[in-house]
Amino acid sequence: MGDAFVYAEVSAEGPKPVALELLAHARGFGMPVAAVALGPGATDSARALGEHGAGTVYASDDPVFADHPDRPAAHVLAGLVADHAPDVVLFAQTYDSRDVAGRLQARTGSTLMANATAVSDPRHARAEIFGGTQVVEVELDGPSPTIVLLRPKSIAAERGGGDAEVVEVDADVPDDVRGARVVERHEEQASGPRLEDAKVVIAGGRGLGGPDAFALLDELAASIDGAAVGASRAAVDAGWVPYSYQIGQTGKTVKPEVYVAAGISGALQHAVGMKGARRIVAINKDPDAPILAMADLGVVGDLFQLVPAITEEIRRRRGS
Amino acid sequence: MDVVVCTKYVPTETTLGPDHLVVRSGVDGMLDPGDEYGLELALQLTERHGGEVAVVSMGPGEAGTAIQRALAMGAQRGIHVVDPALRGADALVTSRVLAAAIGRAPFDLVVAGVESTDGYTGTVPVTVAELLGLPSVTAIRSLEPSDGGARIERMTEGGFDVYETPLPVVVTVTAGAVEPRYPSLKGIMQAKQKPIERASLADLGIDDVTTTQRVTSVSDAPAKQGGEVVQGDEAVPRIVDLLAEAKVI
Repeated sequence: MGDAFVYAEVSAEGPKPVALELLAHARGFGMPVAAVALGPGATDSARALGEHGAGTVYASDDPVFADHPDRPAAHVLAGLVADHAPDVVLFAQTYDSRDVAGRLQARTGSTLMANATAVSDPRHARAEIFGGTQVVEVELDGPSPTIVLLRPKSIAAERGGGDAEVVEVDADVPDDVRGARVVERHEEQASGPRLEDAKVVIAGGRGLGGPDAFALLDELAASIDGAAVGASRAAVDAGWVPYSYQIGQTGKTVKPEVYVAAGISGALQHAVGMKGARRIVAINKDPDAPILAMADLGVVGDLFQLVPAITEEIRRRRGS
Repeated sequence: MDVVVCTKYVPTETTLGPDHLVVRSGVDGMLDPGDEYGLELALQLTERHGGEVAVVSMGPGEAGTAIQRALAMGAQRGIHVVDPALRGADALVTSRVLAAAIGRAPFDLVVAGVESTDGYTGTVPVTVAELLGLPSVTAIRSLEPSDGGARIERMTEGGFDVYETPLPVVVTVTAGAVEPRYPSLKGIMQAKQKPIERASLADLGIDDVTTTQRVTSVSDAPAKQGGEVVQGDEAVPRIVDLLAEAKVI
């Protein structure tokens, strides 16, 4: 029996939360688990990866992996796969990991399953389709390793491992497989909690009618500790708020205590990113909007009146 | 700058057949709306810098309508890979087919959507890039030629990164990056005169189309408890009560 490989996204701050979730998926196989961590922060991430179940961490801190998007990582990963013959390689369903997975598939000729929510062994995975209304079980065939991309937040990360053996990886990446190079990075300074970590998410959609109405959502979020503002794809595509706000199939997956959807119809693409919320409140003027059927509390009404009134009522109850 | 745009014909409404495959024939379909942004970006680039836009699509006979729409928007020619053996093709087979079709003409740039709106796999463009030995940048919002290469802005979780890359390069274009044009009446008329090359698997020299995934069961997800719908004056206190019950205020 081979190993299960986990492709772990890392940064100077440590492993991305989804990397630890992938280890939780892999531990379920009952086989040796190795993590592959490439780029600045990799070696320092090995401890956390070990604690979450990686027995081995193949690591390189070489900046080539941060400076070039996907080719160097795919090149080195393909080499590790050839050397160690794992049965499966797990990736996160994120833009960066997906690009490495797609390139790895071209090298290995193996099967690739995207958008999985569970994987019971290297040959059997599950996905939710049609906005999570149906579940498909899929059998994976073809040469090893199978490649499975798992949606973030489809499992809880779990401690319980030990010290991982760290194996330094040779980052000798030829010039002709480096490809595009990052020359500038622009981070928008966000205030408040990250969307993925927020206890309450207030999200706006097409029904807001324009960028200005997001100020109403900002005010509501400001009246609740630990709340963040998000958006549907329609609002992002219209250019009203940046892509970093987007919740859904394309975008972020959130699981807050309370999700408030204002002016969002509830297309399947959106539902995938928020249906795991503990409580869903939907405000929509259309009584037939699909989001109302998903909501624990649906309100048919005008968000331009309701949202400020909710903010007002919260402030009144808090006596401020 | 010659551009190849990968396009997909998708059903207007996605349904599964009794064989658990997406039903693609005999149902209403369209050019994947997610592909129109890349097509628009390609058209704008060739209008400013010269060159041709060719669209490549793999799909059943009906996929010709998606190519027609792309031609009506302004692409110069189409390549339609159609072969009964491709029904149910997986991501790797699709990538091999597209790579072979793209490689039939010279190009500086390959453009695709970030992911299809029926399957959402989102790996085919990079797999094509690897098969062609090319660099790629995904989820871009702009591209400008510069010094024999290109300067590209890529969307990230918290903002955007700027990349420099040699050409040819494979890119995927995010929705909202540009405003796709509507085909004009003149464009629709002209499209009927534009060439569409039809290619089979044999034409592309591909014989292995083994699919490596099999859906063994489809079942309904546990239904969500039907919630309560309220209107009027009681709405605001009810929402705030719910927030209080959740202990977030």
